[in-house]
Amino acid sequence: MKDAFGLPQSLLVLGGTSEIALATARRLIIRRTRTVWLAGRPSLALEQAAEGLRDLGADVHTVAFDALDPDSHEAVLGKVFAEGDIDMVLLAFGILGDQARDEREPLSAVRVAQTNYTGAVSAGLVSARALQTQGHGSLVVLSSVAGERARRSNFIYGSSKAGLDTFAQGLGDALYGTGVHVMVVRPGFVRTRMTSALPEAPLATTPEAVATAVELGLRRRSETVWVPGALRVVMTALRHVPRAVFRRLPI
Amino acid sequence: MSAETVSVTGWGRTAPSAARLVRPRSYAEARAAVRECGVRGAIPRGLGRAYGDAAQNAGGTVFDMTGLDRIRTIDADAGTVRCDAGVSLHRLMEVLLPLGWFVPVTPGTRQVTVGGAIGADIHGKNHHVSGSFSRHVTSLDLLTADGSVRTVTPGTPLFDATAGGMGLTGVILAATLRLLPVEASLMSVDTERAGDLDDLMARLTATDHRYRYSVAWIDLLARGAATGRAVLTRGDHAPLDALPARARRNPLTFRPSRLPAAPSLLPEGLLNRRTVGLFNEFWYRKAPRARAGELQTISAFFHPLDGVPHWNRIYGRGGFVQYQFAVRHGQEDALRRIVHRVSERRCPSFLAVLKRFGEADPGWLSFPLPGWTLALDIPAGLPGLGTFLDELDEEVAAADGRVYLAKDSRLRPDLLAAMYPRLADFRALRAELDPRGVFVSDLARRLNLQELS
Ligand SMILES: Cc1cc2nc3c(=O)[nH]c(=O)nc-3n(C[C@H](O)[C@H](O)[C@H](O)COP(=O)(O)OP(=O)(O)OC[C@H]3O[C@@H](n4cnc5c(N)ncnc54)[C@H](O)[C@@H]3O)c2cc1C
Ligand SMILES: NC(=O)c1ccc[n+]([C@@H]2O[C@H](COP(=O)([O-])OP(=O)(O)OC[C@H]3O[C@@H](n4cnc5c(N)ncnc54)[C@H](OP(=O)(O)O)[C@@H]3O)[C@@H](O)[C@H]2O)c1
Repeated sequence: MKDAFGLPQSLLVLGGTSEIALATARRLIIRRTRTVWLAGRPSLALEQAAEGLRDLGADVHTVAFDALDPDSHEAVLGKVFAEGDIDMVLLAFGILGDQARDEREPLSAVRVAQTNYTGAVSAGLVSARALQTQGHGSLVVLSSVAGERARRSNFIYGSSKAGLDTFAQGLGDALYGTGVHVMVVRPGFVRTRMTSALPEAPLATTPEAVATAVELGLRRRSETVWVPGALRVVMTALRHVPRAVFRRLPI
Repeated sequence: MSAETVSVTGWGRTAPSAARLVRPRSYAEARAAVRECGVRGAIPRGLGRAYGDAAQNAGGTVFDMTGLDRIRTIDADAGTVRCDAGVSLHRLMEVLLPLGWFVPVTPGTRQVTVGGAIGADIHGKNHHVSGSFSRHVTSLDLLTADGSVRTVTPGTPLFDATAGGMGLTGVILAATLRLLPVEASLMSVDTERAGDLDDLMARLTATDHRYRYSVAWIDLLARGAATGRAVLTRGDHAPLDALPARARRNPLTFRPSRLPAAPSLLPEGLLNRRTVGLFNEFWYRKAPRARAGELQTISAFFHPLDGVPHWNRIYGRGGFVQYQFAVRHGQEDALRRIVHRVSERRCPSFLAVLKRFGEADPGWLSFPLPGWTLALDIPAGLPGLGTFLDELDEEVAAADGRVYLAKDSRLRPDLLAAMYPRLADFRALRAELDPRGVFVSDLARRLNLQELS
């Protein structure tokens, strides 16, 4: 069960090797979390991630999960929930894609969309139903500022995150009053392997900062969290920049 | 019986969870409700005055016991009452006071049920004289997981598991209580100030035995030499001859007044160091250095907060946490350390109460132990509060003390067994009585109250 500060005792990570997710898991284990499920594509990295969290004293399990195989989500996640209540699901999987290549190769663009959007729709709905049956829990969704407004430089990724973000907001409204809390997290540029090949953007931040923001959001039962917080204001301004100007901005 | 799914919290308004709310109005309906409660089980709930998640059951059923609300028999000669578990202490006072009887133990609010009073084995300002609530229960009807109703009497394992058992042994349907005779509905109260914590503890130790009721409000924002400064209010039911002539004509009237409820949408942060500091300063200064024999109403003396319905809303959306712990006599240093730490930390706490407990009662998960108890309210949004309270827990556990489950919403589960040495017995009895785990709550899940290990 979550405590008065919204801290979970059990955590399910979808995208078990995500650097942001693991920073969050480490933070939560230091606080209260005892049981962690890392769901992801089987790999050495996934096992190493589990080992790292065990060193912090948590009871950690790994489970094979592929966002691109929605047919399996019901069974895979069903097994996890059958083992006991999950106080928090962290939906962290996602791929950035390669904008230039994805424009050339529609199938690789579709892969971005299927991972980030339809994969999340499926896993999100399955998780939401299980949480609702429990009558409690938080579903924390890693969206992105990239979904806030389409940018020339990454609109394929951005549009998948826009879909995810809208989906998660609606799900939060659908679950209002059911004991289940949905929190949409919109980080800006986070220094992880996902962004290691990119030039650093303004207001760049760290996985640890996202973890801190998630912890605060849990306590406040926030519905939307920006990391860093200043992005909320920045994006509010950018939203109103005319298209003709926005298109030419170096972002 | 109607059932609807609602979001439920305790009095502190943290950690909501959803449950099916069922309101049985008879023994038969209660039995049916237990039979039909489904895989995520059920927990009885009284008036929801427990601060944390004791009367919540995520995804399962919550029995609203206030539908069982009959006072069945009053023996006005012997001073006993038999009533349903959903009857509130407020109602009992309304009915019993005019007959010259008072409830044996009352907490800081009248808005609790008899079932909740037994379930948490509550204590009042008279604990040092009268023990906890269950000491005054001569018998109770308990609906257990198998659907049977058992009559449970003191001195049996089932009674000791149920008194303070947080609703996890079954549903208390009715109870018989022994009452306290009173001549008047007014209280005779002595007030004095203590300049610091040591002064306060010395005064309580020296003279508590002269009073039936004793408690101290303590200013936890005072620092330095004034750390732990306090106002002691102690007293007893006024004898008839202490009343002025006019009041003597109608000595047993009980008509508590209520102010309008606190509005439902209040901003967070209304209670901060500044506002609470000002309040505390005012409260301390306003108290007389020493005053004896002042006549106060029952509500002014016992339940000042009941005057403002929904006062818990002043903490805003983020809710609040009450931290209450007890340490034994001989562990005064732990108490001093904690008071100093809270004061240094500047927690904006305006409801902080220190009391000396008397002998403990046998309930296995009953909270009071012979020693000291401190209770404080803190806004849940205070940065770093979770970690800070974890540190206080360590102090409490190291001093063989415990935190109060009826107030808890955040204890670390691994400290529970050290704090409650009879936990293993409780779990074993539960495993036998309720092998399928029909009775379960968010508190039980969070603290593993049901596990056999
Ligand atoms: C302002 C305020 C002051 C307080 N002061 C004190 C104090 O001085 N001393 C003190 O000890 N406590 C105090 N409390 C706490 C309060 O007395 C307890 O939490 C009490 O249990 C609340 O009773 P309730 O009817 O509201 O029960 P709930 O809060 O609804 O339930 C509390 C527990 O009792 C169980 N329970 C309820 N009904 C039944 C039943 N019929 N059968 C079996 N189990 C049942 C529940 O399952 C739950 O575990 C205070 C609370 C407030 C809000
Ligand atoms: N880094 C940023 O700047 C940033 C900014 C805003 C939002 N985000 C979002 O935050 C989330 C986590 O990002 P991160 O920075 O932690 O990146 P990361 O370390 O690259 O994590 C991405 C995760 O997604 C998993 N994944 C990819 N495809 C999958 C699939 N088909 N099935 C299952 N898992 C799959 C990866 O697993 P494998 O190990 O199997 O590849 C990996 O665990 C992502 O959704 C990302 O879009 C990141």
